[in-house]
Amino acid sequence: MLDSTRTCTLPDAPGVGFKACHFEAVTTAPGAVRWLEIHAENYLGDGGRPLAQLAALAERFPVSVHGVGLSVGAERGLDPDHLARVARLVDRLRPASFSEHLAWSTHDAAFLNDLLPLPYTEATLDRVCAHVDQVQTALNRPILLENPSTYLAFAESEMAETEFLREIAGRTGCGLLLDVNNVFVSATNLGTDPRAYLAAFPMERVGEIHLGGHDTQSDEHGAALLIDSHGREVADPVWTLYAEAIAAVGPRPTLIEWDTDVPDWATLAAEAARAEAILAQVPA
Amino acid sequence: MIVTQQAFRAALLDPAAPVPEGLTDPAGRPAGRRFDVYRNNVVASLAAALETGFPAVRALVGPDRFRALAIAHARARPPRTPLMMHAGADLPAFLEGAGLGSALADVARLELAVRESYHAADAAPIDPAALGRIPPDRLENLRLGVAPALRLVPSAHALVSRRQAALEGSAQGAEDRPETALVTRRGFDPVVTALAPSEGVFVTALARGDPLGAAVALAAAHDPVFIPAAALSALLAGGAITSLETESVP
Repeated sequence: MLDSTRTCTLPDAPGVGFKACHFEAVTTAPGAVRWLEIHAENYLGDGGRPLAQLAALAERFPVSVHGVGLSVGAERGLDPDHLARVARLVDRLRPASFSEHLAWSTHDAAFLNDLLPLPYTEATLDRVCAHVDQVQTALNRPILLENPSTYLAFAESEMAETEFLREIAGRTGCGLLLDVNNVFVSATNLGTDPRAYLAAFPMERVGEIHLGGHDTQSDEHGAALLIDSHGREVADPVWTLYAEAIAAVGPRPTLIEWDTDVPDWATLAAEAARAEAILAQVPA
Repeated sequence: MIVTQQAFRAALLDPAAPVPEGLTDPAGRPAGRRFDVYRNNVVASLAAALETGFPAVRALVGPDRFRALAIAHARARPPRTPLMMHAGADLPAFLEGAGLGSALADVARLELAVRESYHAADAAPIDPAALGRIPPDRLENLRLGVAPALRLVPSAHALVSRRQAALEGSAQGAEDRPETALVTRRGFDPVVTALAPSEGVFVTALARGDPLGAAVALAAAHDPVFIPAAALSALLAGGAITSLETESVP
């Protein structure tokens, strides 16, 4: 088991998900942005602009590598080739943090490009822990595992998501990435209380926080159905939850995720500044 | 009721399939539209990756028809890799299978080649003057090292002008003719150059390590009046030659 206290060396300050269109702006006018997160899968080519930009950014900023394709929850096991590719990137870059999702995205070698949900059962727990161990061994470091946005429930689930994550962290030594927007989205979609979720969350394991925007729809019964779209500003109730969470746990590295309809740099930097203002109110 | 990932995946990619039993809303009712969120996320994100990756094909068939093709492709052939930089590697064959013809499929192959070139390993090109310093008696057996970003797409069609016109939104003026697209990358942005088929044969031979004399002979068998100067200039201009090896063949 790896020591989760070494999980993450990002500063307790705002970061943003890096987009190539912001390369000039982030290097010349970072504003409140103190670190950057990249999606591992976008930087697994052999060369060219993406890797050159990443090398330049890594000289200026702590970098968090966020995997979106390891499919830690997959029934069929991890793809060893993909894990090896990610390990090579992590070896080369030595990022301040590596994180993945409590989700699956690959089945029968087909990659479905979405973070798909898991039933919270003993069998799933055993499998996810085995895969987290496998990833941590390959990367030779503890990882952070992120709570998902969910849209539905599994009748077969036996335990709460917070309990499930606590078990994974306890058994594997991994840290946790607390996505506060996902907490709000899932709680709304599943009719639960986001504050109760945060109260039950193993906060001592949190190495990083994510904030992002969501869309609002409704299901066929008229119930609110929030979609984790990462395509707009963080919603006000999510900012409130975030402030409450870090008031309880202390400041944490906080990422603004904005992946679709990517805004101009000023808009993204303003979100980071909002996080910075909230972080400043929390004693270290 | 246990929902396997096999069952989840099958229903995900088939909009007509029933939502697997055991997936519910908070009240325990069937998940219904909630499952459709995942269905939509998967198909929309994969289709968007193809829209980004194949702008010329999209312009040639029209955005609405391309979206429909991309969704059909996502359902029939989800990617085999989590690297979206390889999205649509089998789209050319899919387009041909859909009866859209080899000319369109070749434009798709060219767009793939450009994307591969963009992500290929970096390599320092030779000083172009170095080629001129090779003694004439050593040219016959000269071998070239080529950059990892070099790609060639042979076609029975004028795929370079077809792609260019599509990207510019202009009508394709030139008459159709066989062409080989040469993709080179000096720095970070791939450049596409149209080669005559004989020039394509020549560069293909050089890229696989044939000596210059043998490559010229192959091209000349294709076109008796073949001259290598233009193709070599394109390679040099594109930074595609990374080494010159003048040792004689044992």
